[in-house]
Amino acid sequence: MTVANAPVPISGGVEVAPRRRPLPGLAKYLGLTPFAIYVLIFLAIPTTLAVVTGFFTEDGQFTFDNIAGLFAPNVLATFGSSFWISAVSAVIGAVVGALVCYAMLGTRSEGALRTIVDSVSSVLAQFGGVMLAFAFIATIGVQGLITVYLKNTFGVDIFSNGIWLYQVPGLLLPYIYFQVPLMVITFMPALEGLKPQWAEANATLGGTRFTYWTRIAAPVLAPSFFGSLLLLFANAFSSYATAAALISQGSQIVPLQIRSALVSETVLGRENMAGALALGMIVVMVIVMWGYSVLQSKTSRWQK
Amino acid sequence: MTTTVTNSIPIARASAPSLAGNSGAQVVLSGVIKNFGAHRALDGIDLSIKPGELVALLGPSGCGKTTALRALSGLESIDGGSILIDGEDVAGVPTNKRDMGMVFQSYSLFPHLTVLENVEFGLRMRKVRVNERQPRAVEALEMVGLGRMASRYAHQLSGGQQQRVALARALVTRPRVLLLDEPLSALDAKVRVQLRDEIRRIQTDLGITTVFVTHDQEEALAVADRVAVMKDGAIEQIGTPEELYTTPSSAFVADFVGLSNRVPAVVDGGVVVVHGKKLPLLGELLADGNVTAYVRPEDIALERAGIPATVVASSFLGSLRRTQVRLADDSLLSIQHDVDTRPQPGDPVFLRLKGAAVSAVPRH
Amino acid sequence: MSSNQVRIGAEPGTLARTVILAIVGVVFAVPIVALIEFSFRSGLSGGYTLEHWISLFAPENARTYRDLFQSIGNSFILAVVTVAIVLVILLPTMILVHIQFPKLRRVLEFICIIPITVPAIVLVVGLAPVYSVVVKVFGGSIWTLAFAYGITVLPYAYRSIQANLDAIPVVTLSEAARSLGAGWVAVLWRVLLPNLRRGVLAASFITVAVVLGEFTIASLLNRRNLQTALLQVSQSDPWVAAILAVLALALAFVLLLIIGRLGSVGRNQSEK
Repeated sequence: MTVANAPVPISGGVEVAPRRRPLPGLAKYLGLTPFAIYVLIFLAIPTTLAVVTGFFTEDGQFTFDNIAGLFAPNVLATFGSSFWISAVSAVIGAVVGALVCYAMLGTRSEGALRTIVDSVSSVLAQFGGVMLAFAFIATIGVQGLITVYLKNTFGVDIFSNGIWLYQVPGLLLPYIYFQVPLMVITFMPALEGLKPQWAEANATLGGTRFTYWTRIAAPVLAPSFFGSLLLLFANAFSSYATAAALISQGSQIVPLQIRSALVSETVLGRENMAGALALGMIVVMVIVMWGYSVLQSKTSRWQK
Repeated sequence: MTTTVTNSIPIARASAPSLAGNSGAQVVLSGVIKNFGAHRALDGIDLSIKPGELVALLGPSGCGKTTALRALSGLESIDGGSILIDGEDVAGVPTNKRDMGMVFQSYSLFPHLTVLENVEFGLRMRKVRVNERQPRAVEALEMVGLGRMASRYAHQLSGGQQQRVALARALVTRPRVLLLDEPLSALDAKVRVQLRDEIRRIQTDLGITTVFVTHDQEEALAVADRVAVMKDGAIEQIGTPEELYTTPSSAFVADFVGLSNRVPAVVDGGVVVVHGKKLPLLGELLADGNVTAYVRPEDIALERAGIPATVVASSFLGSLRRTQVRLADDSLLSIQHDVDTRPQPGDPVFLRLKGAAVSAVPRH
Repeated sequence: MSSNQVRIGAEPGTLARTVILAIVGVVFAVPIVALIEFSFRSGLSGGYTLEHWISLFAPENARTYRDLFQSIGNSFILAVVTVAIVLVILLPTMILVHIQFPKLRRVLEFICIIPITVPAIVLVVGLAPVYSVVVKVFGGSIWTLAFAYGITVLPYAYRSIQANLDAIPVVTLSEAARSLGAGWVAVLWRVLLPNLRRGVLAASFITVAVVLGEFTIASLLNRRNLQTALLQVSQSDPWVAAILAVLALALAFVLLLIIGRLGSVGRNQSEK
């Protein structure tokens, strides 16, 4: 192949003189070095550090104490809260998101409706963190629009049992708010991949609407749906900014616990605890993302 | 392109006892009209299909042939006229109750089911018990030569194999009508020829009324009992393949079915004069004047004397040759002849029109 | 065709479609409406006023909001530098791999997906020591944070550019250009980059959107950007926070709308 003999461009546009023979040995990989160095310094090293600090004390001695600390009841409870909120927001987000995708079936992919929903979904999926927290405080905060409306119109005080917005259950609504758009973005291609011929074949073979959805569409969509569900779980589990903005103090979920481990000035060695927590998070994320990629590969096999 | 054993002429059962039994329904379309907004896709289609007959709907893209087929199946609603199956008006009957088998152009196999489960699907919809539907499905698969592929999935099969499965799936429920929507158009040329013979053989064995939509005139002529040539939502002519080929009723049909040379000619007193030779006129009478005549390549012969011409190119097509020649007036003609004559580019030759009747259309 | 699909049950009817989209649409509009409404509130008295909006942009208040505007400026600087990193480091590497090292494509893809599995909150635990070195080398300016941001946007930028790379016949175009006598610089500049415009722009816009919305790393590395400033100012002046949140949202919406348009323009151009 002629391209393989071409000179290697180094980023920045400096052209190496043309050669007749391919560059010997490792030299031809020269063009990849900027990216490799960049990723090494700012991804590989931080990740390794994050994982490895958990195994050392602040004096530099190897220890399993931090890892063991992960199994302390309060830390396990934190993980439990993280799992709870991730799972619940993922399931609700997946179901509602799938419904929205269903509602958009059959609309022209370049039409107004589709582009608006796509754009809105893209924006809202990114609209996390601080701004989302504000929006929800403005909505269901103590003086929020809906809070006040409910109180004045229906006499319902949603905070009669205490203000839950600034605790873990209060995270649920904001999380759902960015989970649903993410689901719409991730799952829509799968729904679009349903071929009209399948529905038509189902009809000509005597099937009904019900048999189409239960015997054909559902099984075909299942890997993609559950893959997206896992992605939503991972998304919620790793989310920090929204919780940080709503919950200014405390370690109710794992990211917040990392925060308190990092910024704490009182208890020594907490940074290493942050490393252990980071390790725990990575383990969870790796498992979830692995499951996601398995389901994705199953999907692509059918979308020929 | 993979060439597996099953892509050559498969060893299939001559007939499948469990599939025979329906002697085929009579299908009558009367004045069928279909509009897509302002566009009239079907403009009063009248078509009567005898039980067990295979009728091909042939025409260029947009002529309405697929719309007509889909109207038959119920996948498309109609805006006027009637569709009768064995005398029963099916206008209000939804697709899943019309009892028709349909084979689509592509992508119609359910990807998450095995080949056998795909074929069984129609039987399952009819609540046939598993101990009856499995043997029937296996038999249908063997009828199309894919008995050994029962546990494969669609993406593991070639295009031709997928269409065979689609055919088995459509036929296993013994529908009263079989509808084929360009089933071979997405396949390689060689597979296409093999499979169309297969389809014809199976259809004849089972005696099932069949409608076959295609844009390939050779395909239509090869498989059908009768061919309906369609244009702009109407049937231009319907007849046996021979009738269409030898006596086309219009220039469109003459041009569309088979190859034709378009030759400038003159109508004089009801006959067409082509390069000085008088030929009978097919179709409706034309007034005297200039016309374009459609002359078949096989109706021109290479002789030792006659109209002078120079060979431009000659193609060997296996069982015959087709030679292109240039005449004195710089026009080109295509001539079909036996393979023993081997004209070379540049050779001088002489042409004789054999005297077959031609279609013509006025030329301005 | 669509009404047929509705009849056989594959698509929702107009009623179902409208109901679902209307309900979800309204529910999702509420928080944004609430945010906008809040920015017009005048204290606890219950009235509405334009005061908050006006005071934010009034020149005489520039000093009060100086820190805030500086943080916003920081975010824009960071956005620019991060886009530069994407264009100067990621893009050439992707093209190089696509042409010269197709076997490494999976590796590159994997690397660019890692930031999803290693989220910012985890990465930041290991970034602190790295940044203490970075500060020694480059100084303590805000723009060095872009190095970390380049990593967080990798998945998005990679996907945008790769989609474009897959859509154009890069190798064929390069070989054609080379056979017509073009050097590699010309191939890159005249043949490939013009065809990659769509993916590059999409990657750039999404990078800007992500950088503007980034909070985790900035906050835990004690830097000041738009989001950290928003959080801080919300404690003293929630109305300003609300206004800026609305503006940031609007900006992101416009950016992503443009990306969507770019995508459809490209699709129309590549008629096969």
